Amino acid sequence: MSGDRVYPDEPAGPFEAPPLSFEDREGRGIEIRPYPADADGESGEDEFEALIEMYTAFDPEDRAQGIPPSRESDVRSWLETILGDGGYNVVAWDGETVAGHATLVPDGDAYELAIFVLQAYQGAGIGTHLMEALLGHGAVNGVDRVWLTVERWNRAAVGLYKKVGFETSDAESFELEMTAQLADPA
Amino acid sequence: MNVLLGIGGSDDSLRALEDTVERARAAGDDLTVAVVENPRSDRTPEEVEDRVRAVLADAGLDADVRRVEGDAGSRLVAIAEDEGFDMIALGGGETSPMGKINLGSIAQFVLLNSHVSVKLVR
Repeated sequence: MSGDRVYPDEPAGPFEAPPLSFEDREGRGIEIRPYPADADGESGEDEFEALIEMYTAFDPEDRAQGIPPSRESDVRSWLETILGDGGYNVVAWDGETVAGHATLVPDGDAYELAIFVLQAYQGAGIGTHLMEALLGHGAVNGVDRVWLTVERWNRAAVGLYKKVGFETSDAESFELEMTAQLADPA
Repeated sequence: MNVLLGIGGSDDSLRALEDTVERARAAGDDLTVAVVENPRSDRTPEEVEDRVRAVLADAGLDADVRRVEGDAGSRLVAIAEDEGFDMIALGGGETSPMGKINLGSIAQFVLLNSHVSVKLVR
């Protein structure tokens, strides 16, 4: 977790910036929008509550390295922290229901990435779109270096990260550390 | 219980110190504090040892404090096994900006190699 991470030479992307929409493999119309929705950094109470609802419905089996927290009060304070100043977020919507959320949290001159897809929406291609939309959103806002950690047994997640351009930078821990260097916006 | 606390100066190891000293006082454990070398820690072993002695003095707990040089994980396991400790206590991981728990390399080594019970303090 030190500042001397190695980043790939090959850039990831460029990716299309949100808002964007697509049909998932189950035939549901999914829309991905930045969060907060407007440039003033304001987001509606309803959108925040919809996010809370996704995380309180989250299957504890899908928690990773202690997040998301399980109690609603802990979810609220955790979300307030990661949605705070300086980060970038995108949310996948199925109508008014949150299907997934991906976030870049500032860490020095880089950003830590995490992505969460609600169980009922997994395996339908939403994770890939959400990752690409987040990286596209980050790139147009000047994000350059992104890192993450993932439990090494989580093959689905590791495969997704590799597919969008992450490479393993540290394999000596229980958790793999992966990094990406974002291409300039298209 | 005969407890060996390993502390290298990371933030989680300092929390483990407070917690383990409190627990030792409440339970009447015999505590030994091993100040180890953690290359990832910004604090020097001298600073860590001063901190350990201060926390022990505050708690009014008498504990053996020693400096351990060399590879921290393997030295802790060797000391615990050779000297018949009942438990090794360690910091339970650092938290990333995102809030993810990441276990340190010393804790990982000890967990996988120790034949003595290991307690990770959160």
